[in-house]
Amino acid sequence: MKSKAIKQSSQIKSTRRFWWLFLLPVTAAFCIGFVWPFFQGIYLSFCKFKTISSAKFIGLSNYASAFADESFQHSFWYTALTAIVCLVLINVIAFAVAYALTQGIKGSNIFRTIFFAPNLIGGIVLGYIWSMIFDGILQQYGTSVVLETKYGFWGLIILMCWQQIGYMMIIYIAGIQAVPEDMIEAAKIDGATKAQTLFKVVIPNVMPSITICTFLSLTNGFKLFDQNLALTDGLPYEQLADGSTINTTEMMALNIYNTFYSGTGASRGVAQAKAVIFFILVAAMGLAQLSYTRKREVQQ
Amino acid sequence: MGNISRKQFITLGAASAAVLGLAGCGGSSSSDGSSSSDTSSSSTDDRSGNVYWLNFKPELDETAQALAKTYMEKYPNVKVKVQTAASGTYEQTMTSEMDKTDAPTLFNIGTTAGVKEWGSSAMDLSGTDIEKALSTTDYTYKDSDGRLVCAGLCYETYGIVVNADLVEKAGHSVDDIKDFDSLKAVVEDIHKNAATLGFDAFAATDLDDASSWRVTGHLANLEYYYEEKDDGGWDATPATIKGTYLPNYKKIFDLAINNSAEDPTTLSTGGHDPATEFTSGKAAFFFTGSWDYATIAAAQKNTTMIPYYCGVSGEEKAGLNSGTENRLAINDAASDEDKKATMDFWLWLVTDPEASKEMVAQLGVLPYTDAAKGDNGYLNKAEELSKAGNYTMDWATNYQPNVDQYRKGLVSALNAYTADQSDANWDTFKTAFVDGWAQNYKTENA
Repeated sequence: MKSKAIKQSSQIKSTRRFWWLFLLPVTAAFCIGFVWPFFQGIYLSFCKFKTISSAKFIGLSNYASAFADESFQHSFWYTALTAIVCLVLINVIAFAVAYALTQGIKGSNIFRTIFFAPNLIGGIVLGYIWSMIFDGILQQYGTSVVLETKYGFWGLIILMCWQQIGYMMIIYIAGIQAVPEDMIEAAKIDGATKAQTLFKVVIPNVMPSITICTFLSLTNGFKLFDQNLALTDGLPYEQLADGSTINTTEMMALNIYNTFYSGTGASRGVAQAKAVIFFILVAAMGLAQLSYTRKREVQQ
Repeated sequence: MGNISRKQFITLGAASAAVLGLAGCGGSSSSDGSSSSDTSSSSTDDRSGNVYWLNFKPELDETAQALAKTYMEKYPNVKVKVQTAASGTYEQTMTSEMDKTDAPTLFNIGTTAGVKEWGSSAMDLSGTDIEKALSTTDYTYKDSDGRLVCAGLCYETYGIVVNADLVEKAGHSVDDIKDFDSLKAVVEDIHKNAATLGFDAFAATDLDDASSWRVTGHLANLEYYYEEKDDGGWDATPATIKGTYLPNYKKIFDLAINNSAEDPTTLSTGGHDPATEFTSGKAAFFFTGSWDYATIAAAQKNTTMIPYYCGVSGEEKAGLNSGTENRLAINDAASDEDKKATMDFWLWLVTDPEASKEMVAQLGVLPYTDAAKGDNGYLNKAEELSKAGNYTMDWATNYQPNVDQYRKGLVSALNAYTADQSDANWDTFKTAFVDGWAQNYKTENA
């Protein structure tokens, strides 16, 4: 008894004295990997540079160019559209699948594994494989996934749904299983139909999961790069008379990447400015969405 | 009884972490290894310094690593590190590596855009041993101040590779092909009789990432070259081009897509593996270059290369498209010791009998007087044609501005054209070709 007490107090003492040592590795990694590059990026967005060490401060002109860039505007609308459609489809279908797999059907575990498996495949590989699948089908009709914007758009939606539904399903299953049994029983006793139970009891209780899944789908949808690059790489291009192109299936991350490597003059600073704008946009949207759905959560 | 105490757990954890760490440290993959114990091959030359070669050509990596090791055994006081950037990522790798304290001492400046970007970081090679060792200055670049910033390591040539045996089987001879009209006659005849012959004329002109460069980079060279010839030569990317020879480009492009086993509408999807089509004898004509000689010669014994005949007057005197993107430069910011070590290593690679023999086996030809001679059929054909007085079509395509985006614009337009060969679609391609050049020039030089 006494030795246990001594052990506990020595634990508390060492934690109190050396807490900073325990936090050091994680803080160091966070600063080196995130904090420093982040602030350096913000600084570089106000510069004109070829390599990082040759940066010259030039003020806000990078931001002016970024906002004026037509391809950036197009990629914003295209990305927003893709993200919203993905968000709705992925979450509705994932919730439906999760609800079905928590009804105690035989083999639910196997189904859950099968639905989750696509999430394990990396983005680039997925993009190339799906582009082969789509081309195989579209070739029968004499077209291809890189020939029309709508094929690229829906192809990307199908790909993202296939990859992400399993992941969101897992979160929803956990959420649904956490709904208090007595609430559902009370609803049954009160004579609620299955639909009423679903919408009035289950969903409000699963709101925390919905918050998380919506946030993840929204931010993932906006940040999408690998699958976009591998599936269509921005093709088809709409050729404008002045020689510039609108890359019709290019999303924001790919747009920033292409801008960065288009020449060594002003483009790198402009790309950095675009990246900062991109960050502010995604952070603002994420936070707005979180606060909206948090308000609708039910305390248990 | 089965429980371990906290102390035991921490000891076990620390021990396994230490073991894993040591296991990970053992065995490095780069070639900055130690010298061998065989000192009899060491030279009495007291060379010293650091050489860091950021290699551009992935196919050269294995040879380069082996030669670096041999060099370090010969000169134990020189440290040679060779790193190869993955295909298509040289620019990105250069950007990050040149920023470090131990930046590359030997790197690649392949195009005039590269001269603009990295020329100021390169040492002036005028009057050095490297300049004296060159057999021709065709493959060097000077910057705007006249400094010789890079010299070719090798050169390559491309054109239309022809399977002479198959052409014979079809009742023609490669010698009959002297210009576009004769080429058209032979190609259309083969395509017409493809069923009975068992092979078709052109291999698939795919427009996917694996093959699109054959038409957006190499075939396009004919247009840029003839425009450049009209202008009397380009020494930098011109801000605009006229597209005067696009009708000629269309002639040869249409010939290729309409006389092959594949339906033109399937070309945007790609994936037809034209290289295998050619090496397995299913096609008689293929757009490729000297780098493919070894692979092709292993499968088809009797192939040769003909120029891009496209209906330009005087093209009976046309030669092959020779040039290079492999030009070495020495980092001016390196220490004098390292610069000398790097130059000595470069000279050794291209003049030492053993080393240059291995280099030429991989690269085909080294434009240095004392380098070993190769046995690449297509490069020998290029030499033969220039000796006969034919004009070499230089790589004007290296001047394409903002290459990746410009070529993607061309691919997008060609995708639409092959799906539907209408005049409207060809006009879109013309816009992508001519106006796209002007626009990308503006983006690159903003």
